Amino acid sequence: MHVGLEHYLTVSFLLFALGLLGVIMRRNLIVIYMSLELMLNAANLALVAFSRFNNKLDGQVLVFFIITVAAAEVSVGLALIVALYRRRQSAHVEDLTSMKL
Amino acid sequence: MEAINQMFGNTADVLFYVFAALTLLCGVLVIANPFSRNPVTSAMFLVLTIISMAGLFVLLHAFFLAAVQILVYAGAVIVLFLFVIMLLDLKAEERRKIKFFGVAAGFISVGAILAIFLKNLHRTPLNESSSPTIEGNTEPLGHLLFSNYVLPFEVVSVLLLVAMIGVILLSKKKLD
Repeated sequence: MHVGLEHYLTVSFLLFALGLLGVIMRRNLIVIYMSLELMLNAANLALVAFSRFNNKLDGQVLVFFIITVAAAEVSVGLALIVALYRRRQSAHVEDLTSMKL
Repeated sequence: MEAINQMFGNTADVLFYVFAALTLLCGVLVIANPFSRNPVTSAMFLVLTIISMAGLFVLLHAFFLAAVQILVYAGAVIVLFLFVIMLLDLKAEERRKIKFFGVAAGFISVGAILAIFLKNLHRTPLNESSSPTIEGNTEPLGHLLFSNYVLPFEVVSVLLLVAMIGVILLSKKKLD
């Protein structure tokens, strides 16, 4: 069976579902962040597949921007986690329930 | 020539299944590793996921993005993750139980979303072109980036500057 757009989209959906499952299930902030990266990557895969099978390069430019923004987001998020860990000595979401620092 | 093309097509299909299986398997091991709850293991499997996804990008003829994927994600983002994991020293976090309610709710909601996705995938006409000819080389991508997408490109550079200043401010010892 020839591999087409459907196959790539299915992989992308499954990967997105895995990332979402990780965000809901895991309780460690860093692993939750990694699951977010998985979801972003799933979106990237879908965009590249659409770009390839519609003969337009715009999707790949969008993926380029997504990768850049994801890198910025990871750096800021991890800095926030480090700052939070200094205050609370924990990177576990169940310990971080109050709104005051 | 036809036979060679046919053979290459078959190889690409086989490679797709190999890389897709590898991506999904390593993705599962990122979020739920039965042998280790250590975040370092998750980060390592995230590297494998990203590299096999770069393989998928190559199969989609997006060569530049495959290189960027490996450079930026496997090279920079994961190193950042590993540094933070080392900085936080998460040994004590390993032995927490996963709550049954959270797992059940996660599976139900994710299953529902996946069902919607896959059902719509089969109902939507995708109008894909039968013979894709696009090549994601550096040159056409650069042309597009510096003609139609100049403004977003510049905005992204400002965003990176903002992120850099923000990280420096956030990681100072005294927040005041």
